[in-house]
Amino acid sequence: MLDTYRKLETPENIDLDIHIAGPLVRILAFTIDSLIRMGVQIGLLIALAFLGKVGMALWLILTFVLEWFYPVLFEVLNQGQTPGKKAMAIAVVNDDSTPIGWSASIVRNFLRIVDFLPMGYVTGLVSMILNKDFKRVGDLAAGTVVIYREKSKAAPKWPASTSSPPPIALNLKQQRAMLSFVERQNSLTKERQQELANHLQPVFQQQNQEAVNHIVRVATWLRGGQ
Amino acid sequence: MKQELFEQNNRGHWQQFESKLDSLESRKRSGKAPQVSGFAEQYRQVCHHLALAQERQYSPHLIDRLNQLALRGHQQLYKSHTNILYNMVYFILVGFPAAVRREIAFVGIASTLFFGSLLLTAVLTYYNPSLVYSIYPEESVMDFTEMYNPASKARMEETRTAADDFTMFSFYIKNNIGIGFQTFASGFLLGAGAIFNLLFNGIAIGAVTGYLTELGYTETFFPFVVGHGAFELTGIAIAGAAGLKLGYGLLCPGRLSRKQSLIRSAREAMPLVYGVFFMLLVAAFVEAFWSSSSYLSITAKYTAGASFWLLVLSYFALGARRGSE
Repeated sequence: MLDTYRKLETPENIDLDIHIAGPLVRILAFTIDSLIRMGVQIGLLIALAFLGKVGMALWLILTFVLEWFYPVLFEVLNQGQTPGKKAMAIAVVNDDSTPIGWSASIVRNFLRIVDFLPMGYVTGLVSMILNKDFKRVGDLAAGTVVIYREKSKAAPKWPASTSSPPPIALNLKQQRAMLSFVERQNSLTKERQQELANHLQPVFQQQNQEAVNHIVRVATWLRGGQ
Repeated sequence: MKQELFEQNNRGHWQQFESKLDSLESRKRSGKAPQVSGFAEQYRQVCHHLALAQERQYSPHLIDRLNQLALRGHQQLYKSHTNILYNMVYFILVGFPAAVRREIAFVGIASTLFFGSLLLTAVLTYYNPSLVYSIYPEESVMDFTEMYNPASKARMEETRTAADDFTMFSFYIKNNIGIGFQTFASGFLLGAGAIFNLLFNGIAIGAVTGYLTELGYTETFFPFVVGHGAFELTGIAIAGAAGLKLGYGLLCPGRLSRKQSLIRSAREAMPLVYGVFFMLLVAAFVEAFWSSSSYLSITAKYTAGASFWLLVLSYFALGARRGSE
């Protein structure tokens, strides 16, 4: 299956939908992080150069911390998100979707040197492509996974409309398709809406804008409007 | 129940839960304790609503929203709470020596590889000093010969300042702890990386030791290395043990799946990695501020060095005996 959604069963006996993040978005996040890290290192170098020998010593220690612990500190203290991951709206969590702890984060980030082999994260990329959860070697060893953490979307505006019952009994799946159509309506062009609505001509006996309006009425009825 | 009515009845509930989640997630920044009473109850309620919404095929937006709320609640409810300071003290007093004894097989193998190659190279180089040139390039041999030459060392020590000590401290941190971490991580390659790092460092250190001993620079070399060596050499050996453990988990999963075995051995190797960090930090401190000091007599350095070794070995052998039973 090429699906990137996973079901996670919680102790409360419900299935949560987890959306796994793929290689591309993770590479972008990594690029952002690398640039930030490089910028900070150069900035510190310039600032600490004024302190002479002691400044250089401090710089060495700080680059050591940045090199090994930059991702670890952010992941553990900032809900699994480094600045790059935050920008791409992804986050790293344990396999059971609980927040990542120190040990897991250190394992997955220290093993970057294995992922990097032989050059430019080739091992990590190959591992991600072969793995159904897009895990690189560090993720496999730490038992972690990178998922999307979408910001909550604004509720779609429900169009003001009268309601009418569907002409035939609709099963749950069909009802859901109606509701989904109306919620997505604003992201579709008029022509596309009509094209989709015209598929229902045999049922509703209507065409083009009339068909769209009719679907909105039926969906409003299904949703419980008067 | 129609969706609109369902939303109307529960909207307040969800908003309340959401604001509670917001305050929990941003607790670090605001610094005040969040109101959490009733969290678990509300969470179960949201889980229940999600299951209902899925079963009744309400619109995707509503299900997504509830899914997201439940996921965030799940992460807050099941996250582990730790007290870092307490954990650190407990780890140093109990966890680390206990972990070293638990993994004594790996520690033994790593120590044999590291100290064995070190001693062997030292003896070989002592009897055949030209061997050092097959290990180091000529310039580095000249560098360290100059550094430990009793005549030039006294001159160098006079000019050495506190700032230099600090510079060396930072250099040891970046370099040595980096090597320790690499030794662990490269153990993933079925242990090969860890073995390579152990032998590489063993041979490199052994060659210098044998060569300088043969030159008769013992009075400058050994008092310098004996102090921090207790922490640094054992630290590297333990880093190798952690790497071997990781590789072994991947190579021989036993009755677990290979993936589960890898995760488990990584988790069990972590105490050793934390310990390596601790040991090498102490080593860097001793090396920069104690070993290099020119005010201390050679006797003082030997005495301190011997007691450091005794301290480290008895720490691993005896530390936390009562706690582990």
